[in-house]
Amino acid sequence: MSHVSAVVRPPLVTGGKSYHDITEDVCRQVEGKPTTSWKIVFAISSLVLAVGTVSVFWTWWDGLGNWGLNKTVGWAWDITNFVWWVGIGHAGTLISAILLLFRQKWRTSVNRAAEAMTIFAVICAASFILMHAGRAWLAYWCIPIPNTYGSLWVNFNSPLVWDVFAISTYFSVSCLFWYAGLIPDLATIRDRAKSKVSKYIYGLLAMGWNGNTKTWARYEYVSLILAGISTPLVLSVHTIVSFDFATSVIPGWHTTIFPPYFVAGAIFSGFAMVNNLLLIVRWTFKLQDYITIEHIETMNKIITVTGSIVGIAYITEFFIAAYSGVSYEQYAFINRATGPYWWAYWAMMTCNVVTPQLFWIRGIRRSITWTFALAVVVNIGMWFERFVIIVTSLHRDYIPSSWAMFSPTLIDIGDYVFTFGLFFVLFLLFAKYLPVINMAEVKAVMKSSSERFPYKVKPSSKKPGQHVTE
Amino acid sequence: MDTNKRFLVGVYDDDDEVMAAVKTVRASGIKIHDVYTPFPVHGLDKAIGHPRTRIPVVAFMFGTLGLITMFVFTLYTMRLDWPMNIGGKDYYALPDFIPPMFEFTVLFTAFGMVFTFFITNGLWWGNKAVIFDLRSTDDKFVMAIDTASNQKSEAEIEKALRETGAIEINVKEIVEEED
Repeated sequence: MSHVSAVVRPPLVTGGKSYHDITEDVCRQVEGKPTTSWKIVFAISSLVLAVGTVSVFWTWWDGLGNWGLNKTVGWAWDITNFVWWVGIGHAGTLISAILLLFRQKWRTSVNRAAEAMTIFAVICAASFILMHAGRAWLAYWCIPIPNTYGSLWVNFNSPLVWDVFAISTYFSVSCLFWYAGLIPDLATIRDRAKSKVSKYIYGLLAMGWNGNTKTWARYEYVSLILAGISTPLVLSVHTIVSFDFATSVIPGWHTTIFPPYFVAGAIFSGFAMVNNLLLIVRWTFKLQDYITIEHIETMNKIITVTGSIVGIAYITEFFIAAYSGVSYEQYAFINRATGPYWWAYWAMMTCNVVTPQLFWIRGIRRSITWTFALAVVVNIGMWFERFVIIVTSLHRDYIPSSWAMFSPTLIDIGDYVFTFGLFFVLFLLFAKYLPVINMAEVKAVMKSSSERFPYKVKPSSKKPGQHVTE
Repeated sequence: MDTNKRFLVGVYDDDDEVMAAVKTVRASGIKIHDVYTPFPVHGLDKAIGHPRTRIPVVAFMFGTLGLITMFVFTLYTMRLDWPMNIGGKDYYALPDFIPPMFEFTVLFTAFGMVFTFFITNGLWWGNKAVIFDLRSTDDKFVMAIDTASNQKSEAEIEKALRETGAIEINVKEIVEEED
């Protein structure tokens, strides 16, 4: 069997690593004691979570009157944060599913952490659904089950019900995909475990995996089919989230461009978050040989493309509103740019359309500092995008007498803070106790994508631009 | 009744070597019990003589089941059990029900296929792994040959393993539970 790799592509795994080095490097922090920096960040995240929990408690105890909502603005921070978090989650599935279908080998170093991010981001998003429902203990009403009043079903014509199905399917399938991918690596940790407790726990989770031929062959098929069904799933989730708005008659929401525009925005913000997290992970766990500048640059290129798509969508929205001749639509968009929330609109435009274009400069998209800073800017911008869509469309509707302004209360802010605490606590626990890099997959692409193997180049390989290792 | 099975275990350093070794060993008439690798080696299942997996068929069937389930469910709730007139549309306005039908298709496919994969490969929580060499989940490629089920002598098998590039050849006894 020969492995063909193009010489024009820089290696994805540097440092001349062997298969065993990968195991050692990735298992190091799982097997070792938590580092001081991990403990400090975990303590801070737990504190943030605790403070946020108080806020969530008051939301449920006193009801949504604690929020800054009013007669006109019935959705505000809750849905903004929900859509933002769901969007963040999308990059994980994109990396693990769409890029698997496209045979993008660079995904192997980043997919595990990105999938974990997806799951935790969706948990954060779901927590806003529960908060927004007001009475979280009645959330099961969203599920179509017969009740004591007779035939009263959920309305399957409603995008909100589609959301319930989309988000719950997305979450459970993402967990399954993530867990199935973890099993071979859990078996590696099990086989290296020294203590009885870790042998037992990792042994239980590894389900008796021993890496025999038939299991691997089926595993590959399972991964491919999961990727095949997760690809339309991930696109459908944000499409359906956008339907929450697009199927209404509110000016500024009722637009057919929403599904692709939301999906592009989700990938845009998701990749920004993946970049932020991976930059921290590679530095903290010393994984620079696996998450290389090439990986970061590739993700920055995706940010540039999706950011440009989002920019075109903003302009298209404006054009269509003008072209429609509907005065309400026209007003909604003029109001966004020049009304009382102009600062939010221009913050969105700057963060999402202007600054990411800096990634066209090679030095910037290969710079750690610039990448980290611009990724934060993108996430801020995407939060503003959701805010602009939701709040500016609602605060001035058809009847000027009901116009109102929205400003968040401390509880609104606290609920958002809660999800940050939750996200980072979960991510830190993941990073400590599970392998952050998919060892089996990285090993599988080593021969065609690492620095180590091209040394065995066969001089007889004929095709120009390619070398063959055996 | 428990029986001890005796295996000769060849340890290889490289995936390409183990692939070539599997072909040579099989060609010499030795039956291979299994090969254990730390990552998927493409084509190894074919080389070892496993038939192509039918898991895609399982996936398709579960997907179809999910689609039909949600179609019937929405039809029952929205058209038969409690029809509601929404915007003067048909009681069963199909486009509205495509999102939940699609989600159920994906859900059933994913869970049905993965759990079938778990069951058919003997993967479940609490199952004890049969490990011939602990390094097979790290960086080594391990070929196990059941000595009892082979016509060839142990010496011949060992020679074949060594000639195909095994860096170590060990003997492993596995206790197998039998009815």
